[in-house]
Amino acid sequence: MSTAISVEHLKYSYPGVDEGLDVSVFENLDLTIEDGSFTAVLGPNGCGKSTLAKHFNGILLPVGGTVYVYGMDSKDDEMLMTIRRTVGMVFQNPDNQIVANVVAEDVAFGPENLGISSPEIRNRVDRALKQVGMYEYREHAPHLLSGGQKQRIAIAGVIAMQPKCIVLDEPTAMLDPRGRREVMKTIQNLNREKGITVVLITHHMDEAALADRVVVLDHGEVVADGAPSLVFSQVENLHNIGLAAPETVELCNELNKKGFNLPLDKLDPTECAQILYESLKV
Amino acid sequence: MLKDITLGQFFPGKSIIHRLDPRTKLVLLVVYIVALFMAVSWISYGVMFVFLTVSITLSRVRLKAFIKGLKPLVFILFFTAILNIFFTTGGTVLVSFWKITITSDGLIRAFFMLIRILMLVTGTFLLTYTTSPIALTDGLESLLSPLKKIRLPVHELSMMMCIALRFIPTLIEETDKIMSAQKARGVDFESGNLMHRVRALIPILVPLFISAFRRADELATAMECRCYHGGDGRTKMKLLRYKFLDIKAYGIGVILLAGVIVLRRFGL
Repeated sequence: MSTAISVEHLKYSYPGVDEGLDVSVFENLDLTIEDGSFTAVLGPNGCGKSTLAKHFNGILLPVGGTVYVYGMDSKDDEMLMTIRRTVGMVFQNPDNQIVANVVAEDVAFGPENLGISSPEIRNRVDRALKQVGMYEYREHAPHLLSGGQKQRIAIAGVIAMQPKCIVLDEPTAMLDPRGRREVMKTIQNLNREKGITVVLITHHMDEAALADRVVVLDHGEVVADGAPSLVFSQVENLHNIGLAAPETVELCNELNKKGFNLPLDKLDPTECAQILYESLKV
Repeated sequence: MLKDITLGQFFPGKSIIHRLDPRTKLVLLVVYIVALFMAVSWISYGVMFVFLTVSITLSRVRLKAFIKGLKPLVFILFFTAILNIFFTTGGTVLVSFWKITITSDGLIRAFFMLIRILMLVTGTFLLTYTTSPIALTDGLESLLSPLKKIRLPVHELSMMMCIALRFIPTLIEETDKIMSAQKARGVDFESGNLMHRVRALIPILVPLFISAFRRADELATAMECRCYHGGDGRTKMKLLRYKFLDIKAYGIGVILLAGVIVLRRFGL
């Protein structure tokens, strides 16, 4: 597998009100995202998740170290437009990223900026809307749609630019459970069927459990990195930085404290029920 | 209450009026307004009225929408009428007491003024009801594009207008929410004198402004992420192209204006 995004010795701090009062976020962060992977980034509030995401397409530039996006240095001004069309980004609040009054027009916004010809834009818009299952709503006004639908429009707006990678910064934080399911399904489809690299920033453990890889950040450092079942089985470590494991793992963990001996790598409720059943049977 | 504001609202449809090029509609609106101010008599107003009625019928937008849109204007209309009634002299005196006289000319003038404003606003509504804001801004951008030569930021202006229109419903929704939240904390918007009520607006305006700035910031980042870099090298999904229908509409516009001017010449 080739590398999609590679963060090397990243140092970043937000400028403070006075000189010398800068708020440091990253001191020396290394992270590599493989092309075609589905990575979830977890961490408590203020750990730098969103700041990291904004480095992936040159919205923020490193103070020290380098971020390579498909081999391009994010500090290279010449490549900025190419980087942004390669790595799309979806934010938390769907209302604040929709530009136009009509769904199709909004999805067309990105391709229009790229200077693509009119028939090709229409083509891409139709395909993108079909991919997120919002084609029937193409002539609707976005403010009349539900949160989940709006967020899917935002995703369509990004995939209409045909990026290789999508970074989603807590895309489900403002949605109801139904909207969350819709959005998660869309993201999974994009990764599996279109092979788009997905970086999902989230604080929902059950969403992170759907990824191939989970990266846990705390105070600007990677504290855990690996397959979800591996990362989530370190329940005590997660608790120490103020995170909880998915509910299935938490349940098994609590039961283990009472004398059971259950594995901590079952993230799927059905699998979890199965091991519970088996251990109770004997 | 705030949801009743229909300003800048668009009713999608497929009528003839909907299908017209936005540029045609914009130019026709200007022609219509000029003609409206040229009209001086019952006949010319009648012609304008027929034109407006036919256009509204063709647009298939429900009359209710227009009435709803006119509601906030009732006060202004009333005020204009009163001013015209009291401050016009000439004609036969109908009522006269103290310092106030009402003359027949005053009544007629007030009536025409009322009709003129009503027709002006209704005509403008017809444009915004049948043209998507994007088409509207595209049309404006295209019509104004010659001004780019004198360095007028035409693209930026139309982008700003488009975003402003896009956020009207969002901000109205937000205002409603803030008002409910402040009401829940005991802010009273409905009673007290004018000073009191104006002051009661502060706890609405402050959060609304803060949130609008936050939205603007987030939107700017999102737009940057989608490769927005101004109007240079930008293409459009919907290309504006004049059709035969537009030529006919322009023809009708010219006839209307010419007709009203001729009627004016003859003092009608």
